[in-house]
Formats: sequence, structure tokens, C-alpha cells
Amino acid sequence: MKKNVLTGVAAGLLAALLAGPAYAQIKVGVGSPITGSDAAFGAQIRNGAEQAAADINAAGGVLGQKLELSIGDDAGDSKQGRSVANKFVGEGVTFVVGHFNSAVTMPASDVYNEAGVLEISPGSTNPQVTERGYPLLFRTCGRDDQQGAVAAKYLVEHAKGKKIAIIHDKSTYGKGLADEARKGLAAAGVKEVMYEGLNKGEKDFSAMVSKIKSVDADIIFFGGYFTEGGLLVRQMRDQGVKAIIMGGDGIASQEFASIAGPGVEGSLMTFPPDPRKRPEAAAVVKAFEAKGYNPETYTLYSYATMQVLKQAIEKAKSTDPTAVAKTLHEAGPFPSVIGDIAFDAKGDVTRADYTVYEWRKGPDGKVTYVQIGD
Amino acid sequence: MEIFLQQLINGVTLGSIYGLIAIGYTMVFGIIGMVNFAHGDVFMLSAFIALLLLLLLTQMLGLAAAPAFVVALVAAMALTALWNFAIERVAYRRLRGSFRLAPLISAIGMSTFLANFVTVTQGPNNKSIPPMWDEVIKITSGGAYDVTLSYKQILIVVVTGALLAAFWFVVQKTSLGRAQRACEQDAKMAALLGVDVNRTVALTFVIGAALAAVAGSLYLLQYGVVKSSDGFVPGVKAFTAAVLGGIGSLPGAVLGGLLIGLIETLWGQYFSSDYKDVAAFSVLAITLIFMPSGLMGRPDVEKV
Repeated sequence: MKKNVLTGVAAGLLAALLAGPAYAQIKVGVGSPITGSDAAFGAQIRNGAEQAAADINAAGGVLGQKLELSIGDDAGDSKQGRSVANKFVGEGVTFVVGHFNSAVTMPASDVYNEAGVLEISPGSTNPQVTERGYPLLFRTCGRDDQQGAVAAKYLVEHAKGKKIAIIHDKSTYGKGLADEARKGLAAAGVKEVMYEGLNKGEKDFSAMVSKIKSVDADIIFFGGYFTEGGLLVRQMRDQGVKAIIMGGDGIASQEFASIAGPGVEGSLMTFPPDPRKRPEAAAVVKAFEAKGYNPETYTLYSYATMQVLKQAIEKAKSTDPTAVAKTLHEAGPFPSVIGDIAFDAKGDVTRADYTVYEWRKGPDGKVTYVQIGD
Repeated sequence: MEIFLQQLINGVTLGSIYGLIAIGYTMVFGIIGMVNFAHGDVFMLSAFIALLLLLLLTQMLGLAAAPAFVVALVAAMALTALWNFAIERVAYRRLRGSFRLAPLISAIGMSTFLANFVTVTQGPNNKSIPPMWDEVIKITSGGAYDVTLSYKQILIVVVTGALLAAFWFVVQKTSLGRAQRACEQDAKMAALLGVDVNRTVALTFVIGAALAAVAGSLYLLQYGVVKSSDGFVPGVKAFTAAVLGGIGSLPGAVLGGLLIGLIETLWGQYFSSDYKDVAAFSVLAITLIFMPSGLMGRPDVEKV
């Protein structure tokens, strides 16, 4: 009996080996924080990429080949991101959709750059990501200098005379965004009353909240992700601090509200105009909703990234990353669910438009983000 | 002055939670000389058990917050104690006679197992409970700064004090405590004199887990969220507290916890939160240079 099983396994392995080259497939790595504190974003990136690949394959694939995804969990950690990147390279992946955290994308892109792998990040917004001049690195999201400027402009216009504190989580993304907003405020002559970092991964921010209370801040600009942002709001309300928090795309998840509790109402956030409301996205949004999944914030960015990749490969008529990168740079714009995307010489999107959202209680009693800027 | 008072309240609350976890480290170290690295994850597990029970009782059975919390706390203590009993049985008991590092590695393995077990069964995301019991007392009001003290904070400090007193009594005055101290001094001799060493060690793990469950439930009540990787940071801080206070000493563990909590909050207020951990660990390093066995620890007598 045991022999039979072994023979079966051997036959299966042989079949797999033989079958391998028979279908030429394009291997695409999807790197995102599937676990760790940013897992909500990891799920968005992964779901978006998987849905897009399934849709593209159902419609005949790319250049007659199917897209084959390899999922890598970087846990939002730089070191793990690097090992995911090495894993992808070892598997023969030539295109990567990812990563999410700027602090992960930067070291991972060193590996990709060396191995000649094309990477498109749907969510790393730190300016430094594309400033390093890697020819094979792109992103479909905006940059924190744009985002920080929009936030600073909003605060200058709507919060005249209010005391502003700036808190960040010491991460590449969080501190970068906080510094951009600080720069924007300083340019308008507004000086913050407090500027400090908290430790990502900790739960107790009561000391920081008491300090916020002692400087009597009205608005907290927060550079960081939803877990720490939500806890900060929750603990501020616990100590009776009524200050409003304003964050960036890092708090753009429904989890922000569930961690923060009812005190989240009135919180502000910068993010590009809701991609779910675009006419191009209607069919995809419906497909997600039919599965019981709400394609929040970065889900559609990830979906769009895969679409852009597909079109660039088709236009280049080649799966060579260098040729595809040249097409991405020059042959835009590429239509996608988040609108037409074209890339500049650095690999940034040419049109990045951030706007302001407010967290409000909806008719169903659930607090969610509503676009208030234009 | 008001701000100082407020930060004192914050620090004592945080320190009490560290202290409760630290008692578990210190008791196990005292009795079998092993650092139980899985203790932080046992704490995290207990917070998850409390979370599930609390949501079940309040949202599905419609119980009020206070009785639901008491039931969840007691049930979490019992279930976590059972878990730790099983862990000691499976991962540590067989290794007790072997070389010193074996149970330590086993504990690290158990820590990884628990964190991954919760990730797989509960998902990697934060799980939250709606804020409950969030009334606060204003100690000073009318001035520039209102010092607030929440019922939750009072509960945390009172419970820590009461448990410390209770377990101090157990260790010093009861037959179980006498057995524990006997095993601590010389397990072989204690066994010869009729002390059931296995039973005593198992009971120590059960007690440590029950205390971790109290800390876990209070942690959940105070912060409202928990996730599978939450065993690590409080675990490391509590272990530091146990070492600072003198590992093996119960009041030392709580004292160490309070000190670390206070250093973190006061440093955050008067200097910068960026370096609060640096401050806490510097105090640890300096203390250990001058008092190698910690603030309340006894000098280590080499066992032959």
C-alpha cells in the first residue's frame, strides 16, 4: 500500500515537472503585510490583486499566457520584506505588485533592482521610494509630499488659530508624512505645539495623551497607521481630551473606527477621491460585494496595478521587465478602475489628487469616512 | 503639578499591569530557575479568551457590562490556568532534569506556538471591544488642567495590590507556599522529605497563569483591543520588571513593574516619548551594575 502511495506521489511529481513548461505562465509576486499590525491593508492588496488576476485570466490572459500569482507575507517588516523579495527572485518572479509599507518597499526594491524585477507598489507613499532613481520601480498611489501639502492646506484654511500637535509612529511612512505636513504648516506660518513620536506596536499611549492635554492641542496631525491612530483616539476620549485627529492614507481602513470606538466621529483623513465611486470601477466593486467583501481604499489600487501591468506587457509585446518598464514610462496613459494612469520619469503617477475625508456616523449607526473636500 | 499627578496615575496603572505579568515570571523562575518565555503569550491568550467571553456575554446573551466582565474574568482565569497546566505538562516537565537551556528553548518554542495558534484561529487583525465602564473622576477641576482618574484605573491598581497581598500570604504562610519555598531551595531534598515536587510546580504554573489572566482581562478592559502579537511587548517589559525588582521576589516584581511604568510615563512627559524605552532600560542596566540581584532579590547562592 505504502509503495503505491509513493509511486503515486512520484508520478504526480513527474507530471508536475512535465506540465511546467507546457503552460507558459507569467509569474507575478504579490507582496503585502498579510499578518502583523497592518494586516487590514495586506488583505486589501491581496484581494485586489487576486481578483484582477482572476478577471484577466478569465478574459484570455496576457499575450495568451495566464497570470500566476505568488503571495508573499512581509508582515509590514523591512527584514521580512527583503526575504520575501529574495523568495520571489528565487521563484523566477519577474513582476511584483507590492509592497505596502514604504519601509518595506525600499529595502525590497534594492533586491528587485539588482535582480531585474519590475515592481509596482499600490500603496507606498513615502517620497524617497521613487527618488532613488530605480528604473524598474513604479507606484500607482500618490506621494506624501503631495498628501502632506493637502493636509497642511486644509488645516491652515479650516483650523485658523487652533493649536496643532504633530504625532508620528517613527516609521518611514509615518514620520515622512508628519514631516511633510509640518513643512506645509511652517510655510503658512503655523507652528505646532508639540512634535513627538510614539512606538508602533505598543498599546499604552496614556502618557502621550496627558501631554497632549497639557499643551491643550485642538488638532492632532497623525503620521502613522490605523492601529496606533485608533488607540490614540480611544485613549484621548478616556482622559476626556476632545482633540480631533487628522491622519493620512495609513488610517484609511474601517478598522480605524472599530479600534477608536465612538469617539472617532469628526476625525479627518487625506486620501485620493474614493475609487469605489468611479464609473470604471462599478463592475469590479459589484463583483467584490457579491463575495461579501467591501473593496476599501487600497483594494482597487491593487486591482488597477495589475490592470496597468497587463496593458504594459501587451503593449510592449514582451514579458521582459526592462521593455515593460520602458512602455510604462512612455506609452501611458493606461485606463484602469482608478482612472487613467500615466507615469513620469521617476515612476510616479502624473496625476495624484488627494482630498479630505471626515469620519461620520452614517444612517445605519456605523461610523465611516465621507469625502468632504473636492 | 497637576500634570505630574496625571502622569503618576498613568504610570501606576501601566506599571500594575506589568507587575501582574511579572509575578508569573518571577514565581516560575523562583521555583525551577527557568525563564518562562511563553508567559507573555499566555497573557495574550488570556486576553483573547476574555475578549471572546465578553463579546459572547454582552452581545449575544445581553448581559450588562459589569457582571459580564466578572464572569469573563473568572472563566479566563480558569481556562488560562488549564492551558498553562497543559503547557507545563507537555513542554517543561520532561525537560526539568536535563541541562539548563533545554526548557528555555522549549519555552521559546511554546511562545511561538501560542502566538501562531491565535493568529491562525483568530486572524492576525486587532480584535476590539466597545469602550465600557469609561466614567472618570475629576480629581482637580476648574484649573488649567483637569486631572482625571478612571474607574478602570482604580480597578487595575486595587486588584494588583489585593493579589500581591494574597499571594504574598500564600507563599509565606500556607503549606503550599512552604512546599514552593522548599522546592526553590532544593527540589531533590524537598522530594525526599515528602513534598510532591511535580504537584507544587504544576500549581505554581496554574497560579502564574491565573494572574496573567487577570492582567490580560484588565489590559483588554483598559485598552479595548488585543491581537495575536500582543504577548511580546508586555512580556518583555514584565520580564524586565521582574529582573529589576529582583527575580524570585513577589513584591519585587510589582515594584519593578511600577518603576518601569513610572519611568516610561514621566520620561515621556518631561523629555520625549521617543526615548522612553531607552530610559527604562538604562535604569535597569544601572541598577543591575550596583545591585546584581535586583532591588529586592536575594543574592544568588550557588546550589551544589
